[in-house]
Amino acid sequence: MRTILVIIRKEFLQIFRNRAMLPQIIMMPLIQLLILSNAATFEIRHLNMHVIDQDQSQASRQLIGKFKASNYFELSDFSFDEKHADEDIMQGKDRCILMIPKGFEHDLMKEQHTKLLLNINAIDGAAAGVINTYALSIIQNFNQQIDAQWINQQQFDQQKILNTPYSFWYNPYMNYKTFMVPGLIVMLLTMVGMFMSAQNIVREKEIGTIEQINVTPIKKAHFIIGKQVPFLIIGLVQLTIGLLVARWVFSIHILGSIPLIYLFATVYLITLLGFGLLISTMVDTQQQAMFLAWFFMVIFILMSGLFTPIEAMPQWAQNITKFNPIAYFVAVMRMVVLKGSTIKDILPQLTAISIGGLVMCSLATLRYRKRDG
Amino acid sequence: MNERVIATNITKSFRSTKALDDVSFSVNEGELFGFIGPDGAGKSTLFRILTTVMNADSGDALVDGFHLKDEIAIRSRVGYMPGKFSLYPDLSVQENLEFFAKVFGTTVQENYSIIKEIYVQLEPFKDRRAGKLSGGMKQKLALCCALIHKPRVLFLDEPTTGVDPVSRREFWEMLGRLKQSGLTILVSTPYMDEASRCDRVALIQKGKILDIDPPGVITKKFPLHVIAVKSDNMQKLRKDILKVEDAESVYGFGEFLHITMKKENSSTEKIESLLKQQGHQHIEVKIIEAGIEDCFMHLMEHNKN
Repeated sequence: MRTILVIIRKEFLQIFRNRAMLPQIIMMPLIQLLILSNAATFEIRHLNMHVIDQDQSQASRQLIGKFKASNYFELSDFSFDEKHADEDIMQGKDRCILMIPKGFEHDLMKEQHTKLLLNINAIDGAAAGVINTYALSIIQNFNQQIDAQWINQQQFDQQKILNTPYSFWYNPYMNYKTFMVPGLIVMLLTMVGMFMSAQNIVREKEIGTIEQINVTPIKKAHFIIGKQVPFLIIGLVQLTIGLLVARWVFSIHILGSIPLIYLFATVYLITLLGFGLLISTMVDTQQQAMFLAWFFMVIFILMSGLFTPIEAMPQWAQNITKFNPIAYFVAVMRMVVLKGSTIKDILPQLTAISIGGLVMCSLATLRYRKRDG
Repeated sequence: MNERVIATNITKSFRSTKALDDVSFSVNEGELFGFIGPDGAGKSTLFRILTTVMNADSGDALVDGFHLKDEIAIRSRVGYMPGKFSLYPDLSVQENLEFFAKVFGTTVQENYSIIKEIYVQLEPFKDRRAGKLSGGMKQKLALCCALIHKPRVLFLDEPTTGVDPVSRREFWEMLGRLKQSGLTILVSTPYMDEASRCDRVALIQKGKILDIDPPGVITKKFPLHVIAVKSDNMQKLRKDILKVEDAESVYGFGEFLHITMKKENSSTEKIESLLKQQGHQHIEVKIIEAGIEDCFMHLMEHNKN
């Protein structure tokens, strides 16, 4: 126990002696949180739309009016020429083309159905999907109105209109920041913890101090724990800063229990730091450690459900996320912060991450050899 | 006599290279025992095995009465100073010392008497970071850190490499005094001139111990005769000197060439006149006593054959 404290003290001395360290672990995550939470949103506004209205009827004008009234589309060009519109898309001036063919209104009245053409620049697939959804919802809305106003009036045959009122639970205004910030806090905590731990033991190898450590009677497990605790404390400090920023800057109220977040964060950090130290024991240079850490970091973050929902991934990828610690923490953060989940609700995640932590720390301890070949 | 280190048939290979080949020796209590040999002779590997940071392929050793597999017991009984400076450069002198004391479950105060003499020289720099010390100061700090837990056996791997001559001499004087307190010291060095400071030396080359004896005995045992020669044209001298009768081998030693002679009765005048005939000027020829280096070169040569 005393040995662990000696190592912890030494690690802290070294961390705070490095002048770049403090800004690195406090300021960088703070800045990233402020920038990313404002930038990482799927809302797209003011999309340039090219309109080709070949019908020039009341119905077509009404439809265009609906697009104009939405905040999403900016009707930047009007023409009768498809070629002209295509060119605008090619040049990147417009994102999509709405083409209303001749006879639009006529067909709508007589045949009760008609055709529209929507061309979307899909060079950015995710954005194209969002544009499509916006446009469809506007057209659907138009459809319902037409149904109610014109067609049914004439036929005196009151069709029932199915009205689906909706409400977004846990995030009533669908505020992206409310949704992103808890996840981003996880990401920032993870990056600093992972890189610092991955570089730590290998740094001792590089400067040769490991040789001097190895001839001391320090036990392997004590050494690993002594290395983990300082980073764990730093991680929890970062979490605190993150939660305070979430509260003060983004007005996110934590619905669930704060100690529960800290409990999960502690277990999570032990797992993550164990993994980082495992990397550190396996490589010979800090450069190799960084490459390996980045490799896993990119996979972990992109497959964490932070930016794209895990449910949208193919089954095999979903299976991989079962081994992704970040995925568990992102899910738990959102559950506890936004939904007020209790320890009962997050028990599956807590169990999984605890097993992961046990495995990682055991591997790191076993892999760290005080005696070679 | 009380033997503190007994090594028996230690062998270690790295892939196809034999780093240590059946090495056996013993070191007595309070002895200053030197391993002398060129780079790559296997000195560091031997020390790393004896301090339990590396496993031997075969063979065993008793270090202060404990077998190599009993690493925990050995680690708290030995002090080890690796060849490469391996203290924390970002910690101060005092912090390094305190860290290593505490890791061994002791305090600087408790064992201060052991390091006092060395530490007083470091005291003015005690708040300086270890990485910012001069080479000689670094060695002193490393020695303090290796001694702070009161080890019974001290392993010093090339402690004087990269240290200036004055600090080197000081360092050896310190070792001499430490030895008097009963500490057993094993030290390795590539510098032949440091051999005379040891009680006994082992000449080691390519993983094999060639000879173990007190430095005086090694030179006395030397079967051949050494003559030092110098002239104005050293390059030509190297070729011409082999024409001397009974010359066995020639090595450059600073400004002189050392010739080992098979027979003792060769005279300096004969050599001088021979060299004059070859057109050499400012000739200096003298019979000298064989040094450790001469013995080493000779043993190496014989070991090859």
